[in-house]
Amino acid sequence: MSYQLDYLDQLESESIHIFREVAGQFERPALLFSGGKDSIVLVHLALKAFRPGKFPFPLVHIDTGHNFPEALEFRDKLANDIGEKLIVRNVGDTIKEKGLTEPKGKFASRNALQTYTLLDTIQEFEFDACIGGARRDEEKARAKERIFSVRDDFGQWNPKLQRPELWNTYNGKIHKGENVRVFPISNWTELDIWNYIKREKIELPSIYFSHDREVLEFQEQLIAVSPFIQIEPSDSISVKSVRYRTVGDMTCTAAVASEAHTLDDIINEIIATNTSERGQTRIDDRVSEAAMEDRKKNGYF
Amino acid sequence: MDLLRFITAGSVDDGKSTLIGRLLYDSKNILVDQLDAIERSSKNRGDGSIDLALLTDGLRAEREQGITIDVAYKYFSTPKRKFIIADAPGHIQYTRNMVTGASNADLIIILIDARNGVVEQTRRHSIIASLLNIPNVVVAINKMDLVDYDQDIYTDIIQDYNEVAEALSLKNLVYIPISALNGDNIVDPSEFMDWYKGKNLLELLESVELHDTVDLEHSRFPVQLVIRPQTAELPDYRGYAGKVSSGIFKKGEKVTIYPSELEATISDIEVNSSSVAEIFAPQSGVIHLAEDIDISRGDIIVKKDALLKTNQEIEAIVCWMDEKPLTVGKRYLIQHNSKVTPAVVRNIAYKLDVNTLEKQENPEKALLNEVVEITIKTASPLTYDAYQDLRTNGGAILIDESSFVTVGAVLFK
Repeated sequence: MSYQLDYLDQLESESIHIFREVAGQFERPALLFSGGKDSIVLVHLALKAFRPGKFPFPLVHIDTGHNFPEALEFRDKLANDIGEKLIVRNVGDTIKEKGLTEPKGKFASRNALQTYTLLDTIQEFEFDACIGGARRDEEKARAKERIFSVRDDFGQWNPKLQRPELWNTYNGKIHKGENVRVFPISNWTELDIWNYIKREKIELPSIYFSHDREVLEFQEQLIAVSPFIQIEPSDSISVKSVRYRTVGDMTCTAAVASEAHTLDDIINEIIATNTSERGQTRIDDRVSEAAMEDRKKNGYF
Repeated sequence: MDLLRFITAGSVDDGKSTLIGRLLYDSKNILVDQLDAIERSSKNRGDGSIDLALLTDGLRAEREQGITIDVAYKYFSTPKRKFIIADAPGHIQYTRNMVTGASNADLIIILIDARNGVVEQTRRHSIIASLLNIPNVVVAINKMDLVDYDQDIYTDIIQDYNEVAEALSLKNLVYIPISALNGDNIVDPSEFMDWYKGKNLLELLESVELHDTVDLEHSRFPVQLVIRPQTAELPDYRGYAGKVSSGIFKKGEKVTIYPSELEATISDIEVNSSSVAEIFAPQSGVIHLAEDIDISRGDIIVKKDALLKTNQEIEAIVCWMDEKPLTVGKRYLIQHNSKVTPAVVRNIAYKLDVNTLEKQENPEKALLNEVVEITIKTASPLTYDAYQDLRTNGGAILIDESSFVTVGAVLFK
């Protein structure tokens, strides 16, 4: 008998341990679930951490109103299949209630406004921990974040005041009003996620696989044609065979040209690619070198 | 495929971030858009060449000041192995963040600037490597290009450092002369140092033996959670969920539960919802016991052996991480695995001088980044191992009672 654990098993075990620490340390946690691949993997890991018991938290989706219908459909189906509670809060409602200004422009994104709804939802349910699917390989500000990331009562992250995080010991002690963002898959890479999805036969929304879609070509990025973006007569629109590497809003997530119909195809594509997941597909990170850090400081996930 | 976690340490400007950038760059683990981004930034700064450190210095304040403030985790792989790098700050002010990165490391790369040799921060980082019992140490003598690739300088530094290593009983020590900036001996051999016959850095990382990073002899299972669905189908299901921190547990084996010290028999083990015959470190799973015993989060299931200790008066080395000093008589919370209990500092035996390694007896307090040996009294007994014997059950953290900040790394004696 060999007692060597494969790297995927090591990552899985570490993530399950983190999930159970959340359950052990917090009164009212939540699992932020969008129907994207990383949060689907989170749900899968939570099943492993808590079954045959129930999840000690609801699934929560902060819906911007600009999501891909396929992801929303999948979100509802998965929550229903596993019999866990799903809470949805809409950014559109927050905009109305608070009289917020919607960003303007060609690809106006509600991404930043999401933070308001998230913080309101945290307050509404008094969540003390929010579990999220962020990975450190995604972005360099994320590479700096702890697995238990303490946020003040404004949801703000202070990168200079992070708690030391030693061994597998996670300190989730907080004051009322504060909350902890917990990232169980911090140490996974995009490729790890795909290898795991394949190994565990995890179901995904169809948009991750190659399909024909009407897209607008803009600065070498392919943006899905949707009612949420401004289309001008001069825009070049065509139907292309595409898939998504990451799924955010339709306004700020770009598709990649692809003929990958199976998980094996996708894995081969990712091994061969020379651009990063966010670099290739996210418009919102391009605003400045510190775009992600700045959003995180304000309470973004 | 296996996984190696390593950390880079060294003084400010010794080139840690550059080394990591170089390692990723030369092993073709940097993607085009990331390279474009740092090329753009390097140009904005007016630098002639690409600043590979920009790849890991992810915070605004870090880029402004050109220093690393907090640990950045980076991931790369070769056909032989997967790697998780903790790129830790070298600045003395951020030593606590280096301890964060070092606590999980299987290997440490200690960088020494060939022009400066062994300096205070080299000693400090080596002490941390020794205290945290990092199983493998690579001493990389960097900036060889700035000393004309002089072998004598390299050998002199080795001689100096050997004294440090001996005093600290560092294990599995390897030296390598490099230039992180130019890529000498990182992934490709150096054309300027044909006197060096050893492996290049990547080869070293790929070939380090990982055997002693997991202890399979001493079995420990801290309970995180009791799973009790109490549904119509599963009225009697009661499983103890946790992660094996070391050793192996098998179905049918006798175990002892602490702190109650009751004995029990393992009736079933589940990994990923399937029943299995055994579970080993570092697997997460669920253990079932034949006997009906009261067990809750914070308890630990073990196979008794000589190393295991249960005490309320505990001696420990502490790396102090807070601006407010550690003082005798002060109360803290101590978190060991999943157990949290109040603790009071009974006395400070000595403070370790990081330059001379001498012990200063009975200091009144410990300041930020200082290393002391203390005795603490805990409100309820802890079941632990000496950190030097069993890393995974020998460490704990001290938490400030009112701010809840993690203030100390505790290594049990």
